[in-house]
Amino acid sequence: MSMFSHEARLKRQSIFDALFRNLTRLAAFGVLALLAAILASLVMGSMPAIHAFGFGFLTSSEWDPVNDKFGALIPIVGTLITSVIALVIAIPVSFGIALFLTELSPRVLRRPLGVAIELLAGIPSIIYGMWGLFVFAPLFADHVEPWLNQHIGTLPYIGPFFSGPPMGIGILTASIILAIMVIPFIASVMRDVFDVVPTMLKESAYGLGSTTWEVMLSIVLPYTKVGVAGGIMLGLGRALGETMAVTFVIGNSHELTKSLLNPGNSISSALANEFTEAFGELYTASLIELGLILFFITFVVLSLARYMLYKLGQREGKAA
Amino acid sequence: MINLYTRRRIANATGLSVAVLAMGFGLFWLCWILWTLLDHGLPALTSAVFTKMTPPPGSTGGLLNAIFGSLMMTVIGTLIGTPIGILAGTYLAEFGQRGWLAPVTRFINDILLSAPSIVIGLFVYEVYVVHVRHFSGWAGTIALAIIVIPIVIRTTENMLRLVPSTLREAAAALGAPQWKIISFVTLRAARAGIITGIMLAIARISGETAPLLFTALNNQFWSDNMNQPMANLPVVIFQFAMSPYTDWQNLAWAGALLITFSVLTLNILARVLFRQSASTH
Amino acid sequence: MNAENIAKPRVVVKDLNFFYGKYRALKDINLDIAEKKVTAFIGPSGCGKSTLLRTFNRMYQLYPQQTATGSIMLDGDNILDKHQDLNKLRAKVGMVFQKPTPFPMSIYDNIAFGVKLYHNLSKNDMDERVEWALKKAALWGEVKDKLKQSGMGLSGGQQQRLCIARAIAVKPEVLLLDEPTSALDPISTAHIEKLIDELKEDFTIVIVTHNMQQAARVSDYTAYMYLGDLIEFGDTSTVFTNPVRKETEDYITGRFG
Repeated sequence: MSMFSHEARLKRQSIFDALFRNLTRLAAFGVLALLAAILASLVMGSMPAIHAFGFGFLTSSEWDPVNDKFGALIPIVGTLITSVIALVIAIPVSFGIALFLTELSPRVLRRPLGVAIELLAGIPSIIYGMWGLFVFAPLFADHVEPWLNQHIGTLPYIGPFFSGPPMGIGILTASIILAIMVIPFIASVMRDVFDVVPTMLKESAYGLGSTTWEVMLSIVLPYTKVGVAGGIMLGLGRALGETMAVTFVIGNSHELTKSLLNPGNSISSALANEFTEAFGELYTASLIELGLILFFITFVVLSLARYMLYKLGQREGKAA
Repeated sequence: MINLYTRRRIANATGLSVAVLAMGFGLFWLCWILWTLLDHGLPALTSAVFTKMTPPPGSTGGLLNAIFGSLMMTVIGTLIGTPIGILAGTYLAEFGQRGWLAPVTRFINDILLSAPSIVIGLFVYEVYVVHVRHFSGWAGTIALAIIVIPIVIRTTENMLRLVPSTLREAAAALGAPQWKIISFVTLRAARAGIITGIMLAIARISGETAPLLFTALNNQFWSDNMNQPMANLPVVIFQFAMSPYTDWQNLAWAGALLITFSVLTLNILARVLFRQSASTH
Repeated sequence: MNAENIAKPRVVVKDLNFFYGKYRALKDINLDIAEKKVTAFIGPSGCGKSTLLRTFNRMYQLYPQQTATGSIMLDGDNILDKHQDLNKLRAKVGMVFQKPTPFPMSIYDNIAFGVKLYHNLSKNDMDERVEWALKKAALWGEVKDKLKQSGMGLSGGQQQRLCIARAIAVKPEVLLLDEPTSALDPISTAHIEKLIDELKEDFTIVIVTHNMQQAARVSDYTAYMYLGDLIEFGDTSTVFTNPVRKETEDYITGRFG
């Protein structure tokens, strides 16, 4: 072991160190490059459609492959409506599940039940689609939609939204299935943020004689509201981009009707159904532009979600 | 006073009952979906499913080529995505204290983590399929690898952060260079967690359909050529389920059962593994 | 404040100041560490005793915004010198931490990890070195049949002795012990203290401890620190039985009432 070889070894180590650091840095940089590449390729792919239709693409409800006239309004509206209805259903249920898991569940059941809810998130979306099409939609058509028609469809104002042919497939069915899919996402974020509430804070409220429900509403929820909102946005991001489950049951119709029982379309299901069969440059480009719009919407929603969760994390850091 | 007290109790009881109902509501769907799968899938799950190719409409067959294609693409996609994910995750956890790259990457990665997978499919179509002019197993593999990367980055970073800093200090105190500290000590200490993440990533991509529609497409026949369109379970299920033929629909149910139970098994295995390793630390 | 009677100083600390960002955690520290003796740093939490110890191998270097000024001389080299080779320094100055830190690998590999950083030993030589280190750390008898098993499976006290073996396997000159028994039960603590006594035949040892009885038991010299100042430094027996400074006396007597 001469001193010389020792020096050489040290030198080699520092070269390895630099190599290793730069290799990991390159990989991290690759993530940024990936995002840039996705954006660039989508923009380039949709150029023909952007040139042909301009901003009118966003407001036109025409979708006529034969005459090369395309507008994105119906899929955009379909995407937004299904996602919003899904959230309306999913938020209270998720809150209930999170409340149950953090405060009510017997200790032994807490873990298995939590895992069960997470498994619901693990089921591939195509399975939800099949189940929706073959099992849920027929039941919905036979038992729920006629009832909706008779009882809610006749009401003033909201009536028109709930009257229509009981076909089983349509906007409302897609929304319900989306809701089932996002419940586990929102519920597990809510459970996690409820868990960060300092025990002492909850105990002080219990100490004043508050009930569990009051502690949840007036202590836990206000304390975690930013995180809860973040979780909801995360669920919204999922719902907006969900493809397969929606494609099976939404009906894929490029028509805009008032009734939620009628078939409609969403961005992702239009892509899934039409992309491989699209003929002509403009048709393909219009579909890619749909994808670009979808990516943009989800990007904004997910950024908000991360920002909110980050805010909560930051406050946690300060409190600790 | 009694009135107020009663009202509060009623509110509490109502709220909590609703929570129990919500939990039941969630479990109800899980059980219903699993029951449906067993009910339709088990009768269709014959030995032919594993020995025969996907049939033309109106005749019987199996899913062998689709199972094979799915395995190929999932395995290779994971093999490509995992090292990139581990490296980038290592950067975020170990080198990213200073500078702009780490926070920006972390943010972008979180977005990619939940970005619509169909957009990933479009992307690969645009940059790969259009240029080579045909759908292929490689294209599908690339799309799946892109989905794996953010998941692995996220778990790698989180798990490395759980490694106590004293372990890094102890290795540094021996004079070990940083690359050795990270690859032999910290990454090793985080190994179980990272493997869990990889398993969850595999579970996620084995069920992914949307990114394969425009990349791997489908293939009715046996093909082990990654440069050709490749059959895969999710797309076969999609096409067969949407078809009017009962034979095809039955095969779709068999495939659905296969995919769901492998995905759920992976999920549960990953959790058990993680729990076990966490308890020995 | 140097102890007059330190015959052979191994480490010489001069005008050492240490900063966490702007906060000055060590103030003009001057002291000598005697060769092949045990020097203990004592004082209340936050007095800077661990900080001082961590300047000896520049462990603070891992964290941004921590800086040291002054000089710490070892073998004619200034440890704090910008050009100081950290790997070489840490081969000469080993360290053992508060909590046992076995690496996630086998007992054998734990010891070999450090040795491999500096020497290309043959399988035989490495086996001998591992055995030597484990014997020095009084662990050989307990683990010789399970060298291939994970180091994490050992008891807390055994893990800490494994960490000591790992540190001395590199054959350092100075051994830093940062509250090495604070996470251990009394029996394991006694083991380690006995070990320290044996190790000082070969190594210069610096130990930080919050347990004054331990300092009295194991050390030859004691430094009492308070709020970043070195209040008193000298022969352990003198510091404990006949302290010069009032503060030292208060601390020592206060603890034991």
